[in-house]
Amino acid sequence: MPTYVRTDKCKGCMECVTICPSDIMHIDAAQGRAYNIEPAMCWECYACVKSCPEAAIEVRGYADFAPLHHSVQPTRTADKIEWKIRMRNGDLKEFVFPIRTTPWDSIRPPQESAPPNEEAVASELLSFEPDYLAVESLPTLPPKAGAP
Amino acid sequence: MTDVPAHPTTHTVDCDILIIGGGFAGCGAAFEARYWGRDLKIVVAEKAAIERSGAVAQGLSAINCYMGMRWNENQPEDFVRYVRNDLMGLSREDLVYDIARHVDSTVHLFEEWGLPIFTDPKTGRYVREGRWQIMIHGESYKPLIAEATRKSASEIHERIMVTHLLRDAKDPKRIAGAVGVNVRDGSFYVFRARAVIVSAAGASHIFRPRSAGEGAGRTWYPPWASGSAYALLIQAGAEMTQMENRLVVTRFKDGYGPVGAWFLLLKAIATNAAGESYETSRLPELRERVGAYADAKPMPTCLRNHLMLQEILAGRGPILLHTERVLDTPEKESIGWEDFLNMTIGQAVTWASQGIEPKNVPSELILSEPYVMGSHAVCAGAWTSGPGDVAPEEYRWGYNRMTTIAGLFGAGDTVGGSAHKFSSGSYSEGRLAAKAAVAFLRDHPEAPTVAEADVDALREKVYAPAVHWARDGPGITAGTVHPEVLFPDQGLNRLEKIMDEYGGGVSANYSTSRNLLERGLGHLAALRSDLDFLGARDLHQLQRAWELDHRLWTAESVLRHTLFREETRWPGYYYRADFPHVDDERWKCFVNSIYDPASGEWKLFTRPYRPLF
Repeated sequence: MPTYVRTDKCKGCMECVTICPSDIMHIDAAQGRAYNIEPAMCWECYACVKSCPEAAIEVRGYADFAPLHHSVQPTRTADKIEWKIRMRNGDLKEFVFPIRTTPWDSIRPPQESAPPNEEAVASELLSFEPDYLAVESLPTLPPKAGAP
Repeated sequence: MTDVPAHPTTHTVDCDILIIGGGFAGCGAAFEARYWGRDLKIVVAEKAAIERSGAVAQGLSAINCYMGMRWNENQPEDFVRYVRNDLMGLSREDLVYDIARHVDSTVHLFEEWGLPIFTDPKTGRYVREGRWQIMIHGESYKPLIAEATRKSASEIHERIMVTHLLRDAKDPKRIAGAVGVNVRDGSFYVFRARAVIVSAAGASHIFRPRSAGEGAGRTWYPPWASGSAYALLIQAGAEMTQMENRLVVTRFKDGYGPVGAWFLLLKAIATNAAGESYETSRLPELRERVGAYADAKPMPTCLRNHLMLQEILAGRGPILLHTERVLDTPEKESIGWEDFLNMTIGQAVTWASQGIEPKNVPSELILSEPYVMGSHAVCAGAWTSGPGDVAPEEYRWGYNRMTTIAGLFGAGDTVGGSAHKFSSGSYSEGRLAAKAAVAFLRDHPEAPTVAEADVDALREKVYAPAVHWARDGPGITAGTVHPEVLFPDQGLNRLEKIMDEYGGGVSANYSTSRNLLERGLGHLAALRSDLDFLGARDLHQLQRAWELDHRLWTAESVLRHTLFREETRWPGYYYRADFPHVDDERWKCFVNSIYDPASGEWKLFTRPYRPLF
């Protein structure tokens, strides 16, 4: 049903409700816990799974084509994501991948750079160009140029 | 009990630049607008949460548009030639060139911010997946880009379903802002803006998906991509182009895992069920249908689809991707799994659940249902002005990426004719649109006029589905069957059925004709009149109601364009069975349309194709 929520783990903290791109993780009023209100609009994007501080959210593959008894579950930290995969026959696979090379919140905002001059404003250059193109100048073509 | 307030609060947000949609294009727009407009009030309106919204919400495993100009790997002209071929001759080459020459600087910014890009330790260069693609560890690609956006924008309003654009009360060809509903507290938002950049999404769920139960969520493009990129612009009277150029993708069956890394990096091959290659043997038939395009290198995406479809129809399917022949080391097996875990986790779930060990057995490939979008191997969207130094005169009316409405810009899926942008190109296009919008503001300091009467009328309209349910819903015991109420999911099922059966979806093997299209348009008109009876029990359904409205506008535009173009330009994407050939003499041109909001009439016409060189 794509995502489902384990009753014994969910504390109703709303993290999944806040993050879900499809607006389908909602709080069940009677229980005070989250659940997937519209499985047919769930992309299995795992945004809620990754965000859950209690690891209460898991995924059961779409009933249309996925037989039961499998699991694909991540643990995401500041610099990496670890995946544990349980195949239908019980085999286990584990993978670890990096997610970022710099500390979170380290991006320098554009307004902290020197303000652009009038020449740059009038040009075809974008911010930090041509430096960040790593070539001498921005390529251009004369209008209706002949074949190169 | 509904959570829709009986008397919604109205918030009015005045700003210089309003960015609608905080996906990659919108994030690029916010960053660039701040660079050039230090003192401007830059506001982002987003339907979900920008940390994980848009098509890159779950991450990516490759950047599909990178030139590598610094290593002289490719020049922008090379990319234009590639896109020209892939689109069967029809793209706005000025826009494509513009993306290509800027995209490297975007990717270099991403790397500096902390995106892990595969690098060859010997050469120091990025590892190429294919000629245009580089490999990344992209699980956190969107959160990374969102961080830069949060530091750039003045305000970010999340959970706002933007429903309509506002035009200037004194000049209907000038933009004035937008309205929407906050789907958490039910309040009404009025954005009054001097310039607007629409960077919203293309559309899934226009055509009925192959998986029709809960698996309908596993569409290739995300289920939250509801065509706002097109619906907002069409209703404002903006000129649109290439709306018939819908996308069908070759993917792993059911899980819709991508095939790029398998074909290009791991060098896997696809065969029919007998283990035979089929593309070469079908070339003579293809030449008869499309002429010289059959021999374009690399073969256009649509034609590869076409050959696969023909092979399946001939009874030689399923088509198999031979993963088992290439995963000969643990490193390659890890790359194969990571490709999915970073961008299509559902495919890993499909393998785990079906017990498929890709290093031991091949996997089935399939052609997806059609999608309407503008940033992959198709280019539906708005007709926009091109870059000042390279655009031919007839493609240029002032500001880069400005639509035919003054002050209204597009980026990403919104911009037509500008294919193969993907994540990095969409971000670059947001940057281009934002710089141009800042220039527009310098030249047009006056604030547009928003008529209170227009806002009041839209407020009433936006909440109508909730009001209708509250007033007319009672009278049945329980359930969802009501003689006077249509729920959003019911309307969506009908839309998808119409488009599938009349517009060239999977059940028709992507085939349609004049008669079918005209009947389809009739059914869409009836659905349009039924939308007056939409019911929303709560705020969630109110969002779904407006998503359905946007999808219906998109669908109508697709059918009208498909009807107008009397040829089969892109076999493998769709077939006009009554005009089965490519017809360069009549149709090597753009099909454009304008909807007149005053009269409710559509005008379709052609615009010339002008090669850049």
